[in-house]
Parts: sequence; C-alpha cells; structure tokens
Amino acid sequence: MEKVLQVNSATIQFGGLIAVDSVDIEQEKGEILSLIGPNGAGKTTFFNLLTGVYKPTEGSVIFYGRNITHMKAFERTRIGIARTFQNIRLMKSMTVLENLLIAHPDCNGEKLIPSVLFPGKRNVKRRQVIKECEELLDIVGLKDMAAELSINLPYGKQRLLEIARGLATKPKYLLLDEPGAGMNNFEKEELTSVIRHITKKMGIDVLIIEHDMKFVMNISDRIVVLDHGMKIADGLPEDIQKNPMVIQAYLGSGTFKNDDEDEE
Amino acid sequence: MGKEKAVKQKKFSLNSLPAYSKMVLMPVLVLALIAAPAVITNKYMLHIIILCSMYSCLALSLNMVIGWSGQFSLGHVTFYGMGAYLSTLLVRSLGINFFLATLTAMVIVGIFSALLCMPTLKLRGDYIALVTLGFGEVFRLFISNAVAITRGPMGIPNIPPPSIFGFEISGKTAYYYFVLILLICFTIFMVRFDNSGFGMSMMAVNEDDIAATSLGINPVKFKLWGFVMGGVMAALMGSFYSVYMGMIGPSSFDYGESIKMVSMVVLGGQGSIAGSILGAFLLAALPEALRAFSDYRMVIYGAAMVIMMIFRPEGIYGRNKRTRNLYKIKAMRGEKHGEGTAG
Ligand SMILES: Nc1ncnc2c1ncn2[C@@H]1O[C@H](COP(=O)(O)OP(=O)(O)OP(=O)(O)O)[C@@H](O)[C@H]1O
Ligand SMILES: [Mg+2]
Repeated sequence: MEKVLQVNSATIQFGGLIAVDSVDIEQEKGEILSLIGPNGAGKTTFFNLLTGVYKPTEGSVIFYGRNITHMKAFERTRIGIARTFQNIRLMKSMTVLENLLIAHPDCNGEKLIPSVLFPGKRNVKRRQVIKECEELLDIVGLKDMAAELSINLPYGKQRLLEIARGLATKPKYLLLDEPGAGMNNFEKEELTSVIRHITKKMGIDVLIIEHDMKFVMNISDRIVVLDHGMKIADGLPEDIQKNPMVIQAYLGSGTFKNDDEDEE
Repeated sequence: MGKEKAVKQKKFSLNSLPAYSKMVLMPVLVLALIAAPAVITNKYMLHIIILCSMYSCLALSLNMVIGWSGQFSLGHVTFYGMGAYLSTLLVRSLGINFFLATLTAMVIVGIFSALLCMPTLKLRGDYIALVTLGFGEVFRLFISNAVAITRGPMGIPNIPPPSIFGFEISGKTAYYYFVLILLICFTIFMVRFDNSGFGMSMMAVNEDDIAATSLGINPVKFKLWGFVMGGVMAALMGSFYSVYMGMIGPSSFDYGESIKMVSMVVLGGQGSIAGSILGAFLLAALPEALRAFSDYRMVIYGAAMVIMMIFRPEGIYGRNKRTRNLYKIKAMRGEKHGEGTAG
C-alpha cells in the first residue's frame, strides 16, 4: 500500500516543554486515521508539525515519499496538505464563497498584471472557479449560503465551511482539528457523511483529531493515542477502547467519559 | 407594494443599482469632471480640488499598505518625498524628460521600499508603525542635511513644468486634468486589484495570516508587494507634487504629512477605495474651509479622529458588510443583477 504520511521520531520542544515526544506515525492511502488524547497531549502541535507551522526539533515528515520536513507551510498546502483549525479561523469579513475563492489555487495564484489589464479574461476563469467552489459548498450543504458573510453562519456550519475551504485548495490529504467540536448530534451525523464523501468519493485521505469517542470509534479505521506528547497506543478502534494505557491516560484527565455523551 | 418599497429602500446603495444606471451615471460623472474647470473659474477653488485629488491618490496608495497589506505605516511620506526629490534631481542633473525621470524614480522607490519592508516583515503592528515613523524622520533629516545634493532646507525652487508631445503642462487647468487622469487610473487600478485573486489574497493575509498560509498563500509575498506598490504609487504623486508646486523642500515632507495621509485612510475606511477618496477630500478641504479657526485645526482633526474611532472604527465608507460582493457573485453566475430590486 502507498503511504500518505510517514512521521519518524518527530519531536517538538517549546523551551522546557516537550509537546511532541519522538512520535512515529504512518498512514496508508484510503485509511481514515484519528488522533486522540487528553487535553494538552500535543495533538494540535502535531498538526502544526505536519502543516509546517512548527519545524520539528528532531525527526522527519515524509509525504507521499517526499521529505517535507523543512518545507514552508504555504508550499505544503500547494503540494496537497490542507487543514482546518481547532479555533475556527475563517475570514470573517468575507462571504462564504469568497472564503473558498481565496483558497482555490486558480484564484489565489492569479497574477496581478494580467488580471488588472484584462479583467474580462480573468472573469471567464473566475466563473469556472466559482462553479467548482459552489460544488464544494454543495458537498457540505452550504450552497444556499454562498453569499452570506462567514461570521453570520452558526457555529456548526462554520466548521463545515472550514472543511469546504480546505477542499478548495485541492488537497490530497486533509487534516481536521476537532471538526465536531460544538456540534449537536444531528450536525455530527452530517459531518460523518461529509467525511465519508471526502474519503470515498473524492479520494482524499483524512487525519482527524476529535474528543467525541462515539464519533471517533464510528468513523476511524485506525486510531493513534497521544499523551504528554508521546504515542501510547496505535490500533483498531475496538482495541484502543480496551487498551488499559489509554483508559488510564483519559481517567487521569477525566475527558474520556465526559466527551462520550451516551454515558452521561 | 409598500413592503416592496421598504425592501428597496433598505437595499439601496450605488452597488445595488441595475447595471444600465451605472452605465448612465458613469459617463455623466466623467463629463462633469471634464467640464469642471469651465464652471469653476475661481483659481483658488481649482487649486483646492487639485490638492484634494492629489491626496486622494496618496490616500489610495497608503491604503494599499494599511488597508490591504495590513501594515500600519506611519512613514509613507518617505516614498512620496523620495519620488518628488528623485524625479526633480534626475531632471535637473541628467536633463531627461520629466515622465522618464518619474518612471525611474518609481523604480528606485520600489526597490528601496522592498528593502525597507523586508526587515519589518517579522514585526507586529505597533513596531511597524514605529520603524516606519523613524524612517520618515531619517529621510527628512537626510534631505535637510545633504545640502550638496538636495540644497537642504533651502529646497529646490523653479522646477520646470513638464512637457508632453511639445505641450507644456502649466496653469491650474492643465494640472487639474493631469491629476484627474492620475486619480482615474489609480481608482481603476485599485478596483481591479481589489477584485483580483491577488488583491483577495492580500486581504486574506491581512485578516489572518496563519489561516491564509494554510490556504497556500505566501504572506511574505503579499505584504512585500502591498508595501512596494503603495510606495511606488506615492512616488508618482510626489513627482506630480514637485512639478505642480514648482518647488520642493524638507518642510513639505515632514511626519505631519504621513499623519495626514493616515488620518485620511482611517477616517475614510481602511481597505475601501471610495473611503480613501472621501477621507482625502474631507481632510484636504477641511483646513481650507476652517481657515478662520486655523489655530484649532489640529484640535478639530484630533477630535474628529477620536470620535470616529469610538463610533465608527471601520471609517465613514468602510469595507464592513461589503454587500457589493453579493451582487458580484450573482453577476458572475450569470443571474440577473439584483433581481428583486431592478424591476
Ligand atoms: N507555541 C507554543 N509555545 C509553547 N507551548 C505550546 C505552544 N503550542 C502548544 N504548546 C503547549 O504544548 C502542549 C500541547 O498543546 P496542544 O495544543 O498540541 O494540545 P492538544 O492535544 O491539541 O490539546 P486540546 O485537546 O486541548 O486541543 C500544551 O501544553 C501547550 O500548552
Ligand atoms: Mg488541540
């Protein structure tokens, strides 16, 4: 099987704090991988390592066989790594559609001089881009709100919009940082089917950080557990659920139960 | 019927007008502008209009830096002044045509502003303001002290009027048309820039550079280009200023000029084209209108800024809401323009 991602003993240190501690993670093509762990375990930091926001103190990141450890963040997006943010980072002053436009390589890659001199020609291309973006909005069910300001969307829809925006960059690989946070059960089901569509229909691989265990167990093919920056478990959902180390880590912080709404 | 009217009223703006009314409005406006000197025979009045238009261009150039690329520059006068001095000195020393000298000055200022911008790229908001403010002062000190080159505080008098195709640009009317052409070009450029993917990406970097980076946008590139384009545009206006006034000196390029331009941008609206022009006309004409109270001019300026900051931080004609884009999207899709309102 082709490997989407290979991270070899990656370490990230913030002063005295080791946020990611020699973590090895691999992901195969077609596989939905989830990253879980208690608060402060280093999950988001690991995402930042993959997307190039932080460079590892040690170790390497291989994407489709290519070493990208020292590649700049925006270049990684261009070779196919997209992401969403835990604390939503939409462009608030822009409309829903515009949020996708600026993500589309044919739009944000536009050259200044030609588009200033020949706006007509640009608009022809722009129409095509808009069409593609509208199709993406359709996937997450936001097509009707294309002209709305992104800030006016309800929270759950903003998360979906961030996913659509990530898709607009034409990725091969999509990183979702707590996509279900703040969503109700109905929205989470919608999210599940969106993620399924992305992986099955669009052939884009995803890596998900999520606290909602029911959601994670349901969608993941495999789960990696981080605690205090270290990888403490890696396996199938049903094995992870039974793993004493994992239960211990979550009991220590108490999040395992709290996030599982069925048990409340 | 009544309800329909209410909707109409609420949605009314220049942008929600049907396309054909714009097609009528625009030529009328342009014709009015062309005919203006025939009506306005008062030379002083014409002078004020020329100044207002010049400051509109300057405000647009600074808004490119502040409103689009998101770098709060307090030293914009550096590029304006450099444009004025460079083009004047090039004409004087090499005897080349004014327009060629202006182009050369713009290129030099472009390179210079890129060099100046690079070290500030890593800085955050307030520090950029401080560094650029400092740079403006360094520039002023330089032109005041490099007497051998700039004649220092004496300034450079008797700058010859430029000529184009054997026609000498002199007299208020000629300069009115000169600055009008510049303002129209600037405005068209800004509108097209704003609608381009390039301009949208710059706005995205301005709003959230981390998110923009995650979308494949290189923030450094856009910050740099914003700064450079603003600088080059200001240099062009400096060049215009030098021939219009016929003399330049360090006192025309002190930090007060920078503050004036910043006030225009903030008052009019950051990232707003119409706002820049509005802000410039208000603040450039205001001191003339308030001549009688000239002792309190700065107080009035300051009070206006404070009131704006409290009640309308986005500026008089700010970029907030941006309803315009809704229509643009519809038009792009090939739907009828503002369906509900046009009929
Ligand atoms: N830029 C930074 N500088 C210093 N410390 C940081 C930085 N970013 C993260 N940390 C620290 O690294 C640790 C891991 O943080 P991270 O955000 O990756 O956790 P997480 O697993 O995503 O947690 P959560 O579930 O709450 O989102 C935390 O202790 C955090 O305080
Ligand atoms: Mg996190």
